[in-house]
Amino acid sequence: MTDHLDQLRRLVPQMMMGSPQARALKLQLVELDAARATLRVPYAPELVGDPDTGVIAGGVVTTLLDHTCGQAVQAALDAFSQIATLDLRIDYLRAAQPGLDIEAHAHCYRVTRSVAFVRASAYDREREDPVATAQAAFVLTPVGPRRSGEAA
Amino acid sequence: MSDIDTPQSLAAWVERVPYARFLGVAIDLAGDEMTARLPYAERLIGNPTLPALHGGVLGAFMEITAIAQLWVLQGPGARQPRPVGVTVQYLRSGRPKDTYARAQVKRMGRRIANIYVEAWQDERAAPIASLYGHFLVAPKEATGAG
Repeated sequence: MTDHLDQLRRLVPQMMMGSPQARALKLQLVELDAARATLRVPYAPELVGDPDTGVIAGGVVTTLLDHTCGQAVQAALDAFSQIATLDLRIDYLRAAQPGLDIEAHAHCYRVTRSVAFVRASAYDREREDPVATAQAAFVLTPVGPRRSGEAA
Repeated sequence: MSDIDTPQSLAAWVERVPYARFLGVAIDLAGDEMTARLPYAERLIGNPTLPALHGGVLGAFMEITAIAQLWVLQGPGARQPRPVGVTVQYLRSGRPKDTYARAQVKRMGRRIANIYVEAWQDERAAPIASLYGHFLVAPKEATGAG
C-alpha cells in the first residue's frame, strides 16, 4: 500500500502531464495520501464561463472534481487499475471568486471489487467554504492480462 | 428580441464565453431545435492510453449545452443561466471524434429550470453520457437589455 502510494506520488505529476486535458487546464497535484487527493487548477482568463462576471466556468470545476476523484481512487487501491467515471453528481454552492485558483479535495471512502465511491469538494480559499461539492462512483478494471470478453 | 434567439447570436455568445472557446463548442440552431457540437481536439483527451475524452470535458460540454438551450428559451434580457446541481452519467467511453449534444427542458420555472442533456458520437440512440440538472434562470433586474 505504502509502496503503491509512494509510486503514485512520483507518477501522478507525470500522468497529469500525459493527459492532454489536465495539461491544458494546467492541473497541479497538491497532495496525495491514502485514499485522498488534492489538485489545483490555476485561475486563467480562458477558463471564464461568464464574461460579465469573470467567474470561472462550472465545467472547469466539473473536470477538476472528476480528475481529483479519480486520483483519490488510485490512492485508495493497492495496485494500478484502469478506472472510469460511472456517475458524478455536483452541487454548485456559490460562484468562485474571479482571480483565485481553485483546489479540489477528494476522499475515496469505499472500494469494492469493481466500484469505488468518492466524495469531494472544491474551494477557492478554505476547504470549509466550498464552491462545489461532489459525489462520484468509478468502475475499476484491474490492469493486467485481460481475458477476452471480460466485462468491466 | 432576445440577444441570443438566432443562430448568429448563439454563435456570438459561444464566441464571447472564453471557456466555450477553450473547449471549441459550436452551436447549431434549426428552428427551436438546438444541437451543440464539440469538434474533436487532442487537448480534450483525458486518458491518452485508451484514448478517451476527459469525463469532465463531457460534463462541461453538456453543461454548456444546457445553458445555451435555456437561454434560447428564456427570451429577452435574461441573465446567463447558472448551474445549481448536475448529475452526469457516463454510459460509454468518449472516443477521439466529434461529439454532439441536445437538451430537453423538463420544466421551466420562474427561477429554476430542470433540464436533461444527452451527448452522443456515432449514433444518436447510443448516448455516451447524459446530464440531468437544475439551473438558476433568474431574469435580469429590469434593465431594458435585449
